[in-house]
Amino acid sequence: MEIGIGLPTTVPGGTDVVNWSRAAEEGPFASVGVLDRVAYRSLDPFLALAAAAAVTSRVRVVTMVAVGPVRSTALLAKQAASVDQVSGGRLVLGLALGARLEDYEYAGADARNRAARFSEQLAALRDHFEDADVCPPPAQDGGPPLLVGGLAGPALWRMARFADGYVHGGGPPRAFARAASDAAAAWVDAERPGRPQLWGQGYFGLGDDDVVDRGAAYLRDYYAFTGPFAEKIAAGNLTTPGAVRDFVRGYEDAGCDHLILLPTVADADQIVRLAEVVAP
Amino acid sequence: MRIGVLGGGPAGLYFAALAKKANPAHDIRLVERNAPDATFGWGVVFSEETLGALRDADRESYLDITESFARWSAIDVHYAGKIVRSGGHVFSGVARKHLLQILQDRCRSLGVEMSFLDELPDLSRFEDCDLVVAADGVNSTVRRLLEDRFRPRLDVHRSKYVWFGTTRSFDAFTFIFRRTPHGLFQVHAYPFDARTSTFIVECNQATWERAGLEGVTEEESIAFCEELFGPELEGHRLMSNRSLWVSFVTLRCESWHDGNVVLLGDAAHTAHFTIGSGTKLAMEDAISLANAIEVFPDSLESALTQYELERQPVVERFQEAARESSRYFEDVIRYTTFDPLPFAFQLLTRSGRITHLELEKRDPAFVAEVDRWFARRASGVDAVQRAPRPERTGRIPLATPPPPLLAPLDLAGVRIENRIALRAGDGPLVPSVAAALLEAPGVVLTPFVAVCADGRITPDTPVADDVAEFVPGVERSPVCVLLGHAGRRGSVMPRRHGADRPLREGGWDLVSASALPFGPRSRTPKELDRAGMDRVVEDFVAGAAVAGRAGAGAVLLECSRGYLLASFLSPLANHRADEWGGPVEARLRFPLEVLAAVRSAWDGPLGVRYSATDWAPGGLSRHDSLAAAHAFAAGGADFLDVVAGGTVAEQRPVYGRFFLVPYGDVVRNEVGVPTMTSGNLTTADEANTILAAGRADLVVLDPRIGARPTVRDGTT
Repeated sequence: MEIGIGLPTTVPGGTDVVNWSRAAEEGPFASVGVLDRVAYRSLDPFLALAAAAAVTSRVRVVTMVAVGPVRSTALLAKQAASVDQVSGGRLVLGLALGARLEDYEYAGADARNRAARFSEQLAALRDHFEDADVCPPPAQDGGPPLLVGGLAGPALWRMARFADGYVHGGGPPRAFARAASDAAAAWVDAERPGRPQLWGQGYFGLGDDDVVDRGAAYLRDYYAFTGPFAEKIAAGNLTTPGAVRDFVRGYEDAGCDHLILLPTVADADQIVRLAEVVAP
Repeated sequence: MRIGVLGGGPAGLYFAALAKKANPAHDIRLVERNAPDATFGWGVVFSEETLGALRDADRESYLDITESFARWSAIDVHYAGKIVRSGGHVFSGVARKHLLQILQDRCRSLGVEMSFLDELPDLSRFEDCDLVVAADGVNSTVRRLLEDRFRPRLDVHRSKYVWFGTTRSFDAFTFIFRRTPHGLFQVHAYPFDARTSTFIVECNQATWERAGLEGVTEEESIAFCEELFGPELEGHRLMSNRSLWVSFVTLRCESWHDGNVVLLGDAAHTAHFTIGSGTKLAMEDAISLANAIEVFPDSLESALTQYELERQPVVERFQEAARESSRYFEDVIRYTTFDPLPFAFQLLTRSGRITHLELEKRDPAFVAEVDRWFARRASGVDAVQRAPRPERTGRIPLATPPPPLLAPLDLAGVRIENRIALRAGDGPLVPSVAAALLEAPGVVLTPFVAVCADGRITPDTPVADDVAEFVPGVERSPVCVLLGHAGRRGSVMPRRHGADRPLREGGWDLVSASALPFGPRSRTPKELDRAGMDRVVEDFVAGAAVAGRAGAGAVLLECSRGYLLASFLSPLANHRADEWGGPVEARLRFPLEVLAAVRSAWDGPLGVRYSATDWAPGGLSRHDSLAAAHAFAAGGADFLDVVAGGTVAEQRPVYGRFFLVPYGDVVRNEVGVPTMTSGNLTTADEANTILAAGRADLVVLDPRIGARPTVRDGTT
């Protein structure tokens, strides 16, 4: 299993993606990942990844995940292909419907029928990459690897039809294992050859009580729209080296191919703290 | 901390006792609307695991509870004039009333303030409390007051049940199945002290109505059940305690706490009584909550979140098992043609929590007997509607019988050495099949082989005409060739980068039942005309002949997942107004014509793969699905491979463990035809459980997620 680290693009004060990316490239990380939210004080995921790509040469740059249907398909294809080009073919494009209708509203995108529009978008994206009609041919053959997220049957079917793999939305290893097994079932059901790539994610914030408190406050705020569930997400934050190690081991046992750990505070030392825990 | 507890059932009492014991400084007030000695229901059951938790949480009440236990280790299944006993299941039962007394005494001695016959209309009396624990049962007032916060969902089950006590003391957890002219009744009975047992009678809604039980009095209901189960009651009476026929309600809540109010036990969740876990879950909740408030003394929110995070997954697992169990009992009439042994095996494994392997640990002799029964029959459906075949043991060692997965199957006169159907890989056909044969499965399944070039899915799909000879050999497993015509799902790119992506060059014209494209981007097919049908029939016949020449041992017709034959079957893909469209009989006409033609040209085992549901509104109904299965069996299919979906692009599938097994189970046991099943089955234990339970005859195993080679290169 490969391990990546998130850029703090949604975390208060997390605007220095350039230095964060440089440090991540130095560490034992295989990727840098970004979240996506329209109606939140966050950086644009593709611009952040472009900046990350400019100061790195090794790590994969990953949307973890971008909300597909808030963007027009042509613009999404252009942005993704651009990041893929400037990174020299290091983009992994994770997409999902997103859980928040507010993002659609702020983006001026129609939230009705978004599931069907998402399927259409996924089909069209690959055509844009292959045809190079709205973007240069992507640096990776056939376009960047496409990951699709979601938990329900229709989302897994969409993943199995259009994507190269599955990206899970976070939670304890047990929840990942279950989703991964369903994703594999959908893959076989869609009669795809081989097996889907399986990507996971988790939140961490390593340090003293202040780090733990700020991390929890950020997660409560970021997930406020989920109501009482925000508290559970905040409680799941990995705040000790032992918790990170258990989490990593659990994901590895569950068959995860690539796990990205997302920061909950933007302090520069988080990269070093995480690196110490996950270094082989 | 000042704590108000609403409800004096096991959950509320146990929590109050544990919290007070952990910190005597807590001021705990418990309010119960009934008298201290009033109780509903008779006995409760605990497993060993729960007892361990009770012992660790509070040794004193544990000792009192276990002192009055009825303990037993057997499960008896009374069915078809036989009693099948399985041992090694350790259970303990206690009278609910006695349990409450013990917990009340414990609360009293610890200094919990209790007030009975005291009904609270709202929470105003607990306004001064730091924590309010709502343990007020499935009809919780508190949950109702804060409904928008807890977001409860109630599912009413289809069966009816009534809860009695009896002085007949059973020496095992006892299931009784009794056929009547009205339908099937079943009893769940277990002892809870030396003289008394709980006796629950259950039946489905239709049976209940036919038996005239709607609106009967308690006395009439008792008289009815006493007569029905006279032999098993051995002259003992049934005792009532507000014993009315009701439907079980499964309760789930999105959230279990809001501010300083928290739900406990039945107020937060219920799980169907057929896995008997209500009190167990309630008391485990109490342990978890009492523990959480000690671990987080400064943050109630953290404590309640911790409690919820710990308990919700556990409860969900039980609710899932309970759902499987309750469904089994709703449909159990389907299995009443089974022999007693497989019937009992299926009953014991119904919830998915006990597998073949787990049962073998508990009672190896029982499982050996089941395996022996299974291995004796070359075909698992002998016990169903098919005429019994002579027992064919061959060279199977019955003293140490093989597990069901490795037992042979007699399929239309062909002996298949084991129950594993292995999919050949997606590479070039013949080498992939050869590689699969080396694994020695019962049968090797080829990928889709098109009966003609226009029937290919992608340009890479093998065409029957081009199929070279499979590896010959007398001893090898039969190769089962999947013959199909892609219909409206054809002319697409290879599936490496996605499914159903139309070819942009080099494509071909498509045909389907109707001129409806598969998805929004798909090419629109032409409606297949009579001349086209004739060609397709000929192509299938020719394809079967080629398969025979290539050395195939079986043929499977592809009538699933939206391909050509399936497009006729589903009302979503077939809008024809002629004799091949309309009601299911008409929609089946063309697939049956193909089946008949292949049947007359192919002597070996012949199967049909079909989708039993479209997973989409307006799709194939359950009635139509069974009609199709009946028609395929009558039309000469020796086995059915029951799958689902694939008819329309925007479907709403339901994945999960064994997600296709229930569809095949219905077909096998209601139609009486051997079935192959697949779908997220990854272990031999899962397969053994499904096979021995008579839910399928052949299984397709998928590789396990997360499996990594155990042996690696290393240095010495």
